[in-house]
Formats: sequence, C-alpha cells, structure tokens
Amino acid sequence: MDKKTVGMLKLGLTHFLIILLGLIMLYPIVWMVTSAFKPGNMIFSDASLIPKVFTLENFTSGWKGYSGVSFGTFFVNSILLCAVAVVGNIMSCTMASYSFGRLKFAAKGLWFGIMMLSLMLPAHVTTIPRYMLFNSFGWLSSKNAMVNYLPIVAPKFLAIDAFFVFLLVQFVRGLPRDLDEAATIDGCGKIGIFFRIILPLAGPAIVTTALFTFLWTWDDFFNQLLYLSDTRSFTVSMGLRAFVDASGSSDWGAVLAMSTLALVPCFVMFFALQKYFVRGIATTGIKG
Amino acid sequence: MGNSVSLALRRFVKNNAVAYMFLLPWLAGFFALTFYPMIMSLYLSFTDYNISRPNDLNFIGLGNYIKMFVSDAKFTKSLSVTFTYVFVSVPLKLIFALLVAVLMNRQLRFVSFYRAVYYIPTLLGGSVAIAVLWKKLFSKDGIINIIIAGFTGLEASALPGWISNPKYALWTLVLLTVWQFGSSMIIFLAGLKQIPQEYYEAASIDGAGKIQQFFNITLPTLSPVIFFNLVMQMITAFQAFTQAYIISGGKGDPINSTLFYTLHLYNEGFYYRNMGYASAMAWFLLIIIAVLTGLIFKSSGSWVSYGSGD
Repeated sequence: MDKKTVGMLKLGLTHFLIILLGLIMLYPIVWMVTSAFKPGNMIFSDASLIPKVFTLENFTSGWKGYSGVSFGTFFVNSILLCAVAVVGNIMSCTMASYSFGRLKFAAKGLWFGIMMLSLMLPAHVTTIPRYMLFNSFGWLSSKNAMVNYLPIVAPKFLAIDAFFVFLLVQFVRGLPRDLDEAATIDGCGKIGIFFRIILPLAGPAIVTTALFTFLWTWDDFFNQLLYLSDTRSFTVSMGLRAFVDASGSSDWGAVLAMSTLALVPCFVMFFALQKYFVRGIATTGIKG
Repeated sequence: MGNSVSLALRRFVKNNAVAYMFLLPWLAGFFALTFYPMIMSLYLSFTDYNISRPNDLNFIGLGNYIKMFVSDAKFTKSLSVTFTYVFVSVPLKLIFALLVAVLMNRQLRFVSFYRAVYYIPTLLGGSVAIAVLWKKLFSKDGIINIIIAGFTGLEASALPGWISNPKYALWTLVLLTVWQFGSSMIIFLAGLKQIPQEYYEAASIDGAGKIQQFFNITLPTLSPVIFFNLVMQMITAFQAFTQAYIISGGKGDPINSTLFYTLHLYNEGFYYRNMGYASAMAWFLLIIIAVLTGLIFKSSGSWVSYGSGD
C-alpha cells in the first residue's frame, strides 16, 4: 500500500472510532427519548431504539403531574426561575467584571483574590447560615410562590456565582482599550464607557453567561430541594423527583416521557448556541 | 493642612467611587452570603444548634468534630464512599477526556459536530432526569442487563441489580460521572491546539514514535491544563449530590453504599435539623478540599511545566 492509502485508512479508522464511541455514549439518552414513545408495557423488554408501536399516551398521562399540579406548572415555574436568575447574573456579574477588568481602584488585588478563592469554596460551608438567614426573612414559610423563589434568585443579583464574574473579566480584559480612550476624549465618563462600550462589546460573553446560568438553574436540584416545599412552586427537577417517587414503578413510560421533556430546553439552547458553549468552557476551563 | 487632607480624601473618593459602585453588588453578596455565613457556620460547628429548638443552643467545643470520628459510623462510611468516588472517577474522567481529545485533535472533518455529541452527556448528566434514567437502566430488570445478556448469552435474571446491590451501586455513579467527560475534553482540545506543530515535526525527525511523542511532548506541554482540570474536577466531585440523592432515594442506599458526604451532611442538617453538626461537617469538608488542593499545588512543581512561554 502506498502512503496515501495508509493515510486514508487511518483517517477512516479515526472517524469510525469516534463515531462508535459517540454512539455508545449517546445510547442511553436516545433510548430514553425513543422509549418515551413506546407503550408502557413494552419499554423494559426492549433495548431497541425504534418503537414498534408508536404512542403518545406516556406524555398525556405524565403531563398530569403530581398531586394535582401538572407539568405545565412545573415548566412555567422553571422558566420563570431561570429567566430571573439570568437577568440577575447578567446585571451583577457584568458590573463586577467592569470593575475588575477595566478600572483601577484601591485594594483591587485583594478583592480579586477573594473572588477567585470563592470559586473554589465548597457551597456547603455557607448553606446552613444562608438557610437560616432566608428563613429569618420569612422567605421559606411564605405562602406566595414568588417569595419562595427569592432564596434561589436573590443571590444572583449579588454576583454570587464567581464563575461568571471570572468569565466576564477575562473577556472585558481582552477588549481594546483605544475605544475607552477615544470615548474619554469625547467626554464619556466611566459609567458611560460601561454602557456604551463594554456592554455592547461583551455581547458574546454575556450570551455565554446567560446560557450557563439558564442551564445550571434548570438542572439545579440541591437549592430547590432546600427551599421549595409547596408543590405548586415546584420546578421541573422537583416535580420530576416527586413524580418518580409517587408513580415510579407503576408508570415508567410516563417517567421517561417527562424526563425527555425536562431535557428539551437544554437541548434547544445547546444546539442553537453551540459556539458560546465552547467559548465558555474553554476560556475559563471550569465546570460542566 | 486640613485642606490638603480633605483634598487627598476627595481625590481618593473620586478615583475609587465609580469602581466601588460597580463592585457594590458583588461586595454586598460576598459579605452577606459568603463571608458572614462562613463565620456563622464556623461558630455553629462548635455548638449543638438545632433549628427546631433555636433557643436551646449550647457551646460544645470540639464535640461535633469528635462525634464524627468517635460515634458516627455513618460519617466514616460517607468519608470512605466519597474518597473512593473522587479518587476513581476524577482520574478516569480526565484520562478519558484526554484520550478522546487527542483522537480528535487532527485535521478531521465534522470535528465540531463530534465535539458537540461528546458534550451532550455533560450537558444533561447533572439533571434529575438523567439520574432517574440511570436508576432505571441499571436496575435488575433494566436495559443494561438485557444488553449484557444479549452479548454474553447469560440469563438476564441471573445478572445483579446494579443499583440495588451494595457492591455495585457506587460504581454506577462513578460511571455516570466519567460519562460526563465532555467539558474536560473541550478544555484539553483547546490546550492541544496551542501546542506548536514544530515540536512534533522535530520529534519525528529525531525518530520518536507517536507514543513517545505523547509522553514527551503532549503530556508535559499540556500539564498546566491537566493540573487545572484536576483541581477543579476534584473540588466538584467532593460536592456531588444530586445523582446520589436521586439514585439512592435520598438515603445513600443500599446499606449506605452510596452515602456521599454531602448526602449525609444534608440529612443531618435538614432532615434531623442538627445544623451545628452539619456545619462542622461542612467545615471538615472545606479542610479536606483545602488540604488536597494544597497537596496537588505542592506536587505540581515536579510535574507541571510552564515552558518558556510564548
């Protein structure tokens, strides 16, 4: 064989290996999605990925939800929670990143160091006092579902996710400084520079922030478990858990159907905004 | 004199006011939701505070820390479960991520598509939905057993229930974690792209094979990225919660074989409401993570090379 043929073979083998491994990795997810369309009694004897009989009954029975609250409510709750979290993170984290990434001020090094250290802090050290604090505000016992969400969303307005501050600082630092100088000459102050230059140019990093905030809030379980006790305020994660506990062994078809639906928003976000993901992960190198 | 002081003060305020204004939300968050809670939980860790009887708080010194090792068998169990989980899943995850990244780091068509596909488990893996799926896949009558039976010819009913058997339950969680190697892989891929091609060309002229090149060029040049991934993944792994909670029904079942540290902490603090004890556990976790991070940093001198820089 000549060199070219060997090269082609190697290339083909690489593609083959990657595809094979990819198929194995995705099998569980694809199985879940397709099984959601199989009749309940046929799911667990059937490892295949194509439903022999196609049905939507799992979705209709699952959608009814848990103790009289439908999955429609859980979805609305989750979307609302995510939307507020996204707004909070964008506002507070861009502000902090402008200070850290662009401005000079006293004790900057100290605060930046503290911010970076807080990236590595295990959440549990602050969980209990935070719980007590929010409890003393009456946020946990309130009958108003919106108030029940405050322990989860209010911290976002205080830039508590250092990950995003760091991500945005990295981005802001990379923006050309000539623009600031030109704006200063034109009489633009530090506040004006933030709104007219930094915010518009940081667009891509802000999209990344919004995306990850959405996904992590959507997937978050620990905080929702701590703070949401009223079924009507349940999110998709909480609703799904309660639904599994209640109907688990009896109606796995519905469980898989609702699990599938729970993942749809993440899928849509991911494929619509793929390049922002890669940037988010690769520039900060954290989490996922 | 007084004038120059007030002038200096005014200049100081003028130079700092805007920056601190923008930093205000973060500062408020740091003090109210990080710094104060840390001090508070440190204090609580020396008390027998229980939120159901808040007025009966006694200072018990190191009592909680002593209890962990002397009279709480579940604690020592949770420690060993968590250490096993972290020390197996993190290296496996990084090795997988690195191998796949190396495989993909060539002039391939569809690389961005492949990368997306490999990221999907990471994207979804932390959710309740996937944990629920995992529990079902690895149950006694689950699809995994049907597939194993199909390949080996064994009876599916003769195979163990991977989730319900204490010997295997933890390993299904390890597998679930390793499966989510996507973000480490993306970070490695970005790192691999930074390695100049000339290094490899020079090495192959000197007669170094692919494997030698991997150990002599790829690994050392990538070591800062590996180091960083190692630290962050370890910290994340110590805090794993959702998957174990869902798969074990919140209790670390079967017979505490999946009783993660955080699960025990959660149950102590929020189920039994022993918040003093749970605070002590949280601080002990912080100490474990700090010590291990310190050790990795210390060892990094011998295996992480920052090159000459370019």
